[in-house]
Amino acid sequence: MSRRPRASGYFRTGYAQDLKLVETRTERWSLGAFVVALLAFPFFASAFQLDLANQVFLASIGALALMLLTGYAGQISLGHAGLLAAGAFTAGILFKEVNAPIWVTLPAAAVVGALLGVVFGLPSLRLRGLYLAVSTLALHFLVVYLGGEYENKRGFSTGILIDAPTFGGWTISGGRTWYFILGTFAAATLLICLNLLRSGTGRAWAAIHAKETVAEALGIGVAAHKLLAFVVSSALTAVAGALFAYYRGFVSVEAFSLFLTIQYVAMIIIGGMGSLLGAILGAVFVTLFPYAIEAAIGALPGAQRYAGLLFAVNYAAFGVVMILFLVLEPLGLVGVWKRVQSYFLLWPFKHRPMSGSRR
Amino acid sequence: MQLAVNIAVLAAIYALIACGYVLVYRVSRVLNLAHGELMMLGAYMLMVTAAQFSSYWPVAIIAAVGLSLLTGVLVYLFLMRKMTGEMVLAAVLTTVALGVLLRGVMVLVWSAQQQYPAQALGVANTSIALPGGARISFFSALLILTTALVYGSLLAFLRFGRWGIRMRAAGQSPLLAAQRGINLHAVYALAWGLSTLTGSLAGILLALDSGLDQTMAIIGLKAFPAALVGGLDSLVGALVGSLIVAAAEVLLIHYVDPLLSEVVPFLVLIAMLVVRPWGLFGTREELDRV
Repeated sequence: MSRRPRASGYFRTGYAQDLKLVETRTERWSLGAFVVALLAFPFFASAFQLDLANQVFLASIGALALMLLTGYAGQISLGHAGLLAAGAFTAGILFKEVNAPIWVTLPAAAVVGALLGVVFGLPSLRLRGLYLAVSTLALHFLVVYLGGEYENKRGFSTGILIDAPTFGGWTISGGRTWYFILGTFAAATLLICLNLLRSGTGRAWAAIHAKETVAEALGIGVAAHKLLAFVVSSALTAVAGALFAYYRGFVSVEAFSLFLTIQYVAMIIIGGMGSLLGAILGAVFVTLFPYAIEAAIGALPGAQRYAGLLFAVNYAAFGVVMILFLVLEPLGLVGVWKRVQSYFLLWPFKHRPMSGSRR
Repeated sequence: MQLAVNIAVLAAIYALIACGYVLVYRVSRVLNLAHGELMMLGAYMLMVTAAQFSSYWPVAIIAAVGLSLLTGVLVYLFLMRKMTGEMVLAAVLTTVALGVLLRGVMVLVWSAQQQYPAQALGVANTSIALPGGARISFFSALLILTTALVYGSLLAFLRFGRWGIRMRAAGQSPLLAAQRGINLHAVYALAWGLSTLTGSLAGILLALDSGLDQTMAIIGLKAFPAALVGGLDSLVGALVGSLIVAAAEVLLIHYVDPLLSEVVPFLVLIAMLVVRPWGLFGTREELDRV
């Protein structure tokens, strides 16, 4: 991870400073303001806006996990929806069969996710690129099939209903409570990712991403680190799936179609590969996009006529946006953001000075 | 006996679809995950031409197939051409995005309801009795015939045809092919066109046989394991792979559980990836392209 110093020069004099996540005063203030805004948001927002925010939080957990795997460790996965389904079904099945409380089901989902991560990751030891993507795609279908089979065999053919979870005699329900819980989980996931990426593990992933042979020659255990990437990412994803199940109060295989995988992949592409900020931006964009389309269509005259076609319009518009990003802006939203940033930083100049002269 | 006929029909469907995957992959090393949607688009083209030529159904089919050839070329010219030289993953994701877009557009234009182009064309799908007590529908028999014809002509084209040899050359080494004066963009466009053409042939015949709705794209995706099992760059492999996948699917559905239908191809795929990732007949390439 090449972290350019964000202060006007390189002022770090010790390792402790090098490890700081927040460097400058401006950064500290803006981060503080952002956190305060996030904390204040639920007291002003409507129920609908709260629901949107919660969906964004859930999506960002999944997107961060996928970014860790694809954007940093360079392992392509098209089985993300399968992992979300695994987490959701773990929570649902444990709740239905043994009436397990949430502090059991969430860790259980993480464990199931980690185990599945090993299964999803094993092909990566032999396969690369396209073939790896295909094998994870196949595993997605397998997981979803098993979930559907459970639903059918146990007679929950429409889906599993889950009661609002209780934690120490306190029932978690209502958009505002969920907002804080999901927000905490999303923030924790972000912190985990940030810290993992600047540890030895993260550097090993970056090395594997860049060139496997060289990484091996440098003494990095390629196989172990690849599996670890899958395990960490899948565990986080499964937790997101379980939280999704509790938040919706309902699990059904229909929710975990191939399209969900595509949406998550779109998040990290639209956000910008290889950037945690990108994962979050992408999650915000992809989650809010259908609602923006809906609002745009609602503003058109004769809106009722199109109501039945809304999902088709969504599909088409989503495809167009994805293609536009892939073709025109491969760096994603982060690329746009960086360009805007450097425009103001460099003003009145247009280009960065030659690299090397600035460090 | 009926089981054998079922296997043959399903294998023919998979083979006809799978050769589209193989063509594009062999020539440009791009995995076209929008193939299922392109195939469905071909079937909807038939709905359009059926309205024009309602009295002559072969004309309608030929017109629809011609339109889909054009679609494939246009997809390459306006979309995939921009992705040549990009990362393979980006190209694959572009096809995924194209699939999403096409699906939305098709629902917008033709609605999500099931449609029966056979009725629009006024052709009866008669059932033919075969020796041994088995039955096969007219369009299924036509499908098997078409598959045999398509594979025969494709193999001959790639072996003897001038453009076929160019396609093989471009697939083996784009750089050398370009230096020998082969127009790569034309070759790639042709591959996309032919792939869409064969895919929509499958889509059209399927639609004539059993109706047309949004689930057809899933059949397209299920044919992909067939292509990979045989080896993504081998036409003969696609044929063999389709037979294996179809046999596994029909037998498992018959003897174990009908719900397995959705996953069987992917189970075969996983097994194949574990044992021989490059497929039965595929060339063992350096799997290091992303």
